Amino acid sequence: MSGAVLEAIAIKKVLGHGAGQVHALRGVDLALRGGELTLLMGPSGSGKTTLLSVLGCMLTPTSGTVSVAGHDTANADPETLARLRRDHIGFIFQSYHLFPTLTASENIQLALDVRGEASDRAKLRAHEALARVGLKHKIDSFPREMSGGEQQRVAIARAIVSNPSAILADEPTAALDTENGQAIMAILADIAKEPGRGVLVVTHDTRLLPYADRIHRIEDGLIVGVENGAARAADLRPAASVGTH
Amino acid sequence: MPLNFTLASRNLFHDRLRFVATMVGIVFSVVLVMVQMGLYLGFGDMVTRMIDHADADLWVMRDGTKCFEDPSLIDARKQGAYQAIDGVASAEPLVIGFSDWHMANGAITPVFIVGSNLDGPGLKPWDLSAGSVDTLKGEEGVIVDKTYYDRLGIDGLGAKAEIRGQPVQVTGLTDGIRSFTTTPYVFVDMSRARTYVGIPKTYANYFLVKLKPGADAKQVESAIKAQSPKYEVMTTAEFRERSRTFWLFGTGAGAALFAGAILGVIVGTVIVAQTLYSSTKDHIDEFATLRAMGSSNRYIYTVIIYQALLNAVVGFCFAAVIGMAVVYFTRSGALPVVITPWLMGSIFLLTVVMCIASAFTAILKVVRIDPVVVFS
Repeated sequence: MSGAVLEAIAIKKVLGHGAGQVHALRGVDLALRGGELTLLMGPSGSGKTTLLSVLGCMLTPTSGTVSVAGHDTANADPETLARLRRDHIGFIFQSYHLFPTLTASENIQLALDVRGEASDRAKLRAHEALARVGLKHKIDSFPREMSGGEQQRVAIARAIVSNPSAILADEPTAALDTENGQAIMAILADIAKEPGRGVLVVTHDTRLLPYADRIHRIEDGLIVGVENGAARAADLRPAASVGTH
Repeated sequence: MPLNFTLASRNLFHDRLRFVATMVGIVFSVVLVMVQMGLYLGFGDMVTRMIDHADADLWVMRDGTKCFEDPSLIDARKQGAYQAIDGVASAEPLVIGFSDWHMANGAITPVFIVGSNLDGPGLKPWDLSAGSVDTLKGEEGVIVDKTYYDRLGIDGLGAKAEIRGQPVQVTGLTDGIRSFTTTPYVFVDMSRARTYVGIPKTYANYFLVKLKPGADAKQVESAIKAQSPKYEVMTTAEFRERSRTFWLFGTGAGAALFAGAILGVIVGTVIVAQTLYSSTKDHIDEFATLRAMGSSNRYIYTVIIYQALLNAVVGFCFAAVIGMAVVYFTRSGALPVVITPWLMGSIFLLTVVMCIASAFTAILKVVRIDPVVVFS
């Protein structure tokens, strides 16, 4: 376990104007540590996705500070924020967001191409990333030729290929069945073991609890509790329900 | 191949129906520009064809003559004086003008008479497919182009007709000397030309001056002007340009052709802009994902520009094939479409510029992408 790769301090975010104004985040503190898989759990409308967007440098907080791998994002322009994302953050989305006209390998190479990495080396690294998620045999497959679980594994490979310090996953198992969901979480947990890398998974699926090192609970734009993942998993173990639902 | 190029090409070819619609638009637009500009060049060549084939270094004409077909008269008796100027090898009068061709069946059609001195340099028929220039020395000999058989009511060598009541006989045929006015050229000798167009023996329309080797054209020009202040003296290139400018711009014909070409560019730009915009809109989630992945705006613009360039290159290739077919099929027509390598290159550049300019609206759309949409 190491220090914070991504840190948010006193984040507030107000969305909308006038009567339609919503206080989506109301002073959130969160540190994503290297070597940890952190779950961010909460009901719909609690501010999970807004916090994820702020942590992912896609949304500027109304107040508070976000630092990515030690870089303060305050007053950064959109291109600087894009560079921070490119260099330090990998994203995994609920609906995969793979490029339908590109093969699995090309989808992953794209994450390196936007960083200007030479195509030969990018290809090699893409193949390594696919091997890591168990999809070496799908290198030349297009998304339409893969199952949802396989597509999400490609998305994970795309997120890790550039070796980012933070991986932010938005409901990565929501569109998958239990078996595939477990497989995806196992891969993410494995990725999170690397000391310099932290994985934050936004979810409301309690079946993912056993994979978490820490669990942050968010309600009405506030972190209402932080739990140790191992202890929480032990509490749940008698139910023997983890990953079998 | 760069991955952003691969993405651009796959996005472009993925929706085949839209790609075909884009290609139809681009090809229509480029062919329109190509044909209009080809007509412009063809017209420009055609209106100066007589000047180009005259054996002359300098042209002497009445001041203010607008074009070759301008029948202003000059004094033919100046020939001796001009020939005496230092540096002049020869000065031959040329007679031109409209007349009527009376066919054997009694029908009448206008013709354009070109009469030159057959024994010296001048403007004589070229590209003869039958007969010879010497046959014009006969009392009735005329040479016409074989494409005008129907217009002139003739069926080949030996055909007879009348011009201004004078009997004529076709003694030679040319191949491809067509007039942009559609009025057939009739080559005759100079003295008969005066009779046919109705001007006195002491007049002509031009003097075609040949210079001695090494002679200074400017000095000769000055000497001629000193003798004939009301005449203009121009080099062949200058007269060619004046004649071309008159027909293309003085008559509005060139402006009409240009307007057609500009219309083609506008149509093409709008069509490409529309399809690029809708393609970008369809792939907006992908561009947002790219942005979320940290791609720079420039990277995304490159994808769109690659799409525009692919549209340009593929569209141009189809258009070029059609353009060359048009050139082939109009080569012996009244107004051939002329597409030079320079014009082809220019239209390719224009197509590229048109397609890249069309990417502007798509780029504007992409600029406004909020990467947060990937979470929705």
